[in-house]
Amino acid sequence: MASVLERPADLVIHGRKVVGGVCEGPALVTRETISGWGGVNPMKGEIIESHHELRGQSFAGKVLVFPGAKGSSGWSGVFHLTRLTGRAPLGLLFNVMTTKAALGAVVLRVPSMSDFDADPLDHIDTGDWVRIDADAGSVSIWKGGRP
Amino acid sequence: MRLSDEEKAMRDGAKGPAVAKAMDLLIRYGEALGAEDFVYTDNVAGVPGSSPQWVKDYYAADGGDYRAVFSRFDLDSDEVVDVPRVTGFSCHLQGGMDPELWREQGMSEEAFANFRADEQEVSAHGIHVLKTCTPYLAGNVPVMGEHCAWMESSAVVLCNSVIGGRTNCEGRESTSAAMLAKRIPNWGFHTDAFRKGQHLIQVETPVDSIFEWGMLGYFTGTAVEDAIPVLEGAIHGPSLIRHKHFGAAAASSGGVEMYHMAGITPEAATLEAAFGGAPRGERFVYGRKERQAIYERLNSIGESTAVDYVMLGCPHYSADQIAEAARLIEGRSVHANCHLWIFTSRAVKATAEASGHAEILRRAGAKLMTDTCSAISQAVPPGTRVAAFDSAKQTHYLPAIMGIEGWFGTTQECIDAACTGRWQGRLN
Repeated sequence: MASVLERPADLVIHGRKVVGGVCEGPALVTRETISGWGGVNPMKGEIIESHHELRGQSFAGKVLVFPGAKGSSGWSGVFHLTRLTGRAPLGLLFNVMTTKAALGAVVLRVPSMSDFDADPLDHIDTGDWVRIDADAGSVSIWKGGRP
Repeated sequence: MRLSDEEKAMRDGAKGPAVAKAMDLLIRYGEALGAEDFVYTDNVAGVPGSSPQWVKDYYAADGGDYRAVFSRFDLDSDEVVDVPRVTGFSCHLQGGMDPELWREQGMSEEAFANFRADEQEVSAHGIHVLKTCTPYLAGNVPVMGEHCAWMESSAVVLCNSVIGGRTNCEGRESTSAAMLAKRIPNWGFHTDAFRKGQHLIQVETPVDSIFEWGMLGYFTGTAVEDAIPVLEGAIHGPSLIRHKHFGAAAASSGGVEMYHMAGITPEAATLEAAFGGAPRGERFVYGRKERQAIYERLNSIGESTAVDYVMLGCPHYSADQIAEAARLIEGRSVHANCHLWIFTSRAVKATAEASGHAEILRRAGAKLMTDTCSAISQAVPPGTRVAAFDSAKQTHYLPAIMGIEGWFGTTQECIDAACTGRWQGRLN
């Protein structure tokens, strides 16, 4: 398997660090906002909200790309629990800053970014390989999966 | 973030390790938000340290107790520290079960023992055991302009909109840290610029009862999602319980954290003041047609009219709502095939006991419960298939959470359903 470093990314977008660090993995993308309490099962890292396009899918071990947080103030607590259960996402990329998403990212302690120069929802598809370098403010994207 | 000398000292341990951990978390949180500094707060409402046993089990190596949960989870600390009594004025919001009627709610002895132990820790740490989603009905009422750190969507929207207090929708970790550090990031609703109206809702059909206020709230959240609406028009008879129901409905259907009502709420003396010079977004109309559609939407998950559970008290009932329920049921009885559970806080229940209303409800076969609700505890009477509510918020949540049918109507219709076992509500 070729190392990520051997093949340049197809695309790099830039943004603001929310939580620092570096991670890489497959993307899970949704254009729908995500509820924490009542919307996520922390034992499985799975979206459970009725009618959500990701219902039944797990974000464990993936870079979660989503517009932002909605719903109950229990958002951070539910995502925090996924860290305990080993079902946390690898990193977060989101557009709309709220107290729910910010606190959730902080207690998840995963590389997280916002305020992008190009909308990640327009450039990242589920299954693309994504490397977040939050300290450098960059997101590298390899289309179609692991390079 | 820009820190004062006192805040730097707190971060560096001058007030002990727990306060240092709290500051560390709040600084990380503030930087994540992009906040420039902190505001001082002496009014915090959260769920400090309370957890089910399985969360404690994750921290077995740290002792698996309240101290471990508060350090590791609430303060997101890498080490377990002694947690001192909190210094900020703080209260505990709703929890998992009734302190007396937990058996009726189907809770185990073990779960109750864990609940009781957590509660003793909460009070030993100087936190008021209000155990309610309506702290403003139980002894914690902010003042205009006061910076708060509150959880619970219905309490947040009431604090911002009706009282003119200032709070973001905080989470468990930020409220627990704020109880120790008396600081919260200066961002969002703490700033003037963030509190301006964004969309207009023109109310053209009369909204003049708690039922109508609830439906208008549900419409509002559906229309504006999490933006700040400005409402104008045929809104009548503002009162605390009407605002309570309006805000809770708007927060659950859309995520509204603040609203303005022109000439009614404190930061909206006029329409112009409510928008504050900000660009006006969309204009929505709430007329007869929209009212009908909202009623049908709320009642789209009911099919069977054989009601076996009536739940009142979302958000927690006020003393006058309990009095009203008692007046409506006095001389009647809850039907043999039905249960009536009414939820409130301990403080309000004490008033209802002293006023005789609790006894009237008991005599009729209703149960007056505190600390929780059926959505938070996920506890309904055994065998519940069809429920009825006078709360748009609860109609939104409980059928989805519990997989049951639900009806929404007036308090009178709900009491009638409890006494007959039949849903006969309709829109007049």
